[in-house]
Amino acid sequence: MIEIRDLSLAFPNPASPDGRTVVLRDFNLSVAPGEFIAIVGASGVGKSTLLRVVAGLVPPNSGTMVHAQSGDLRGRRPYGLVFQDARLLPWRTVRANVAFGLEGLGLSRAERRRRAEEALALVGLADKAGRWPHQLSGGQRQRVAIARALAVDPDLLMMDEPFGALDAITRQSLQDELLDLWRRTSKTILFVTHDIDEAVYLADRVILLAGSPATVRSEDRIATPRPRARDDSAARALVTRIRDRLSDLMDGGGI
Amino acid sequence: MTPPASQNGPGAETPAPGKRIPPSAFLAKPSRRHRGLWALLGVIAFLAVWEAVPRLGLVRPVLLPPPSAIPQAFVAEVRSGQWTDAIVHSLVHYFWGLLIGSVTGIAAGVLTGMSRRLEDFTSWVVRLLRPIPGLAWVPFAIIWFGVTPTAATFIIVLGVFWINYFAALGAVQAVDRDLLELADAFGHRSALAKLVKIVLPAASGTILAGLRTGLGQAWMSVVAAELFGVPGLGQRMMQASSLLATDIVIVYMATMALFYGLVDMGFVAVRDRLMRWKA
Ligand SMILES: Nc1ncnc2c1ncn2[C@@H]1O[C@H](COP(=O)(O)OP(=O)(O)OP(=O)(O)O)[C@@H](O)[C@H]1O
Ligand SMILES: [Mg+2]
Repeated sequence: MIEIRDLSLAFPNPASPDGRTVVLRDFNLSVAPGEFIAIVGASGVGKSTLLRVVAGLVPPNSGTMVHAQSGDLRGRRPYGLVFQDARLLPWRTVRANVAFGLEGLGLSRAERRRRAEEALALVGLADKAGRWPHQLSGGQRQRVAIARALAVDPDLLMMDEPFGALDAITRQSLQDELLDLWRRTSKTILFVTHDIDEAVYLADRVILLAGSPATVRSEDRIATPRPRARDDSAARALVTRIRDRLSDLMDGGGI
Repeated sequence: MTPPASQNGPGAETPAPGKRIPPSAFLAKPSRRHRGLWALLGVIAFLAVWEAVPRLGLVRPVLLPPPSAIPQAFVAEVRSGQWTDAIVHSLVHYFWGLLIGSVTGIAAGVLTGMSRRLEDFTSWVVRLLRPIPGLAWVPFAIIWFGVTPTAATFIIVLGVFWINYFAALGAVQAVDRDLLELADAFGHRSALAKLVKIVLPAASGTILAGLRTGLGQAWMSVVAAELFGVPGLGQRMMQASSLLATDIVIVYMATMALFYGLVDMGFVAVRDRLMRWKA
């Protein structure tokens, strides 16, 4: 469904000798329809940048990317993106923020409202629809951002550390809700996180990015059927392995 | 006439013992009634001082008539019909000057803010024209339009234009790039969609502040623009002052203050409604 081939991306950087910093080099990834992929890596390695490139917000310097759409795209958008910061529009109510991506799709006002409220209900904020963003807690804002991405009913959902700002209990319940949603809608998910436990609990595949420029350092497939136990011993072992690899790479100058 | 200096000594900031200053004195919102009361007290104190100055013989009343003399002068001016005439003329200048100046200023500022090329293209023209005060255009206003309401309106437009131009330009350039990226991510990629959905709402606070400054600036320009003989309140004030009828001058000053106050109050009400999303 997504084929990324030899993707490279550099930002201009006047301080470096060749005038640019290469963030991603020869990055390859293919994602099957409905797959749940987690991307982990150290801060600043290029995880957010990767999502930006996939979303078409930053043109790559080289490489190709194919994103095959499936099904009827009327009233929908090809992807939904949850930014690392909630990035709500302060002049819109919660409901209107969630409806942001639905505008320009030829939907009636009532239809947009219905879909926005549906998405809000999914993240447990149906009763906050009429509020202003400044009246929400940080975690609630992040959930509104998730609802905004879900509202456009995308095939591909990209999430950049969406639960990073939440307390452990809310995070766990949203993780389970995300899994539930994913099972019901068969969306493809690219999920960036710092939290290796979270990655291993959620994903079919965990991709470790490291180095500068960043490349895929390891890829682990997790076959454990869902629902998974959070204290599953195989999962714990894998978490430890990935964590060790990551710290080796950081210590050993692999970055 | 000097303010009581003893209050402003270096020790004045130290609070009296036992009297604590709330930690968020700047942010705490005093109750509505309290604020209204203080505003009223301020006005009363101002009028009292003004009344006292000519009455105590500190200044001759012909140079500064006391406020108690103003209502009488006002009634006489209204009876003669001159007040209504002057006000209607001035309001027409004010309205058109403000409308044209604000709309063109905001439009030019927003466009320039959206286009780097346009900003470069206009930068030196703006630098050259900007410092010329509205009054300096009076000779041209008269040559181009004669001593007409159009000439007066033109002067007002110039003053209001620059205020709104710079407010809108700055506001648009300050729009958070992240929000523009958000628009891209959710399919709003055209310049028009970004303008409507992100740029204008994000810039609205500063643009409205510019508009409000313009409301006041336009009254200043009205007086200036009418001094050279276009009928209106400025012209009537010049006549009165040449006759040393200072009470009539004050009648018009008060009239202007009143109209400004009303317009500004209405404006703030509309603004607060538009900006209710702010904390
Ligand atoms: N617009 C930009 N211009 C120049 N450099 C940038 C830009 N955006 C990101 N970078 C650099 O690219 C690198 C990757 O940034 P990115 O935001 O993708 O990191 P990340 O992996 O998401 O980190 P984190 O986990 O902290 O969010 C960083 O070194 C950053 O400084
Ligand atoms: Mg990031």
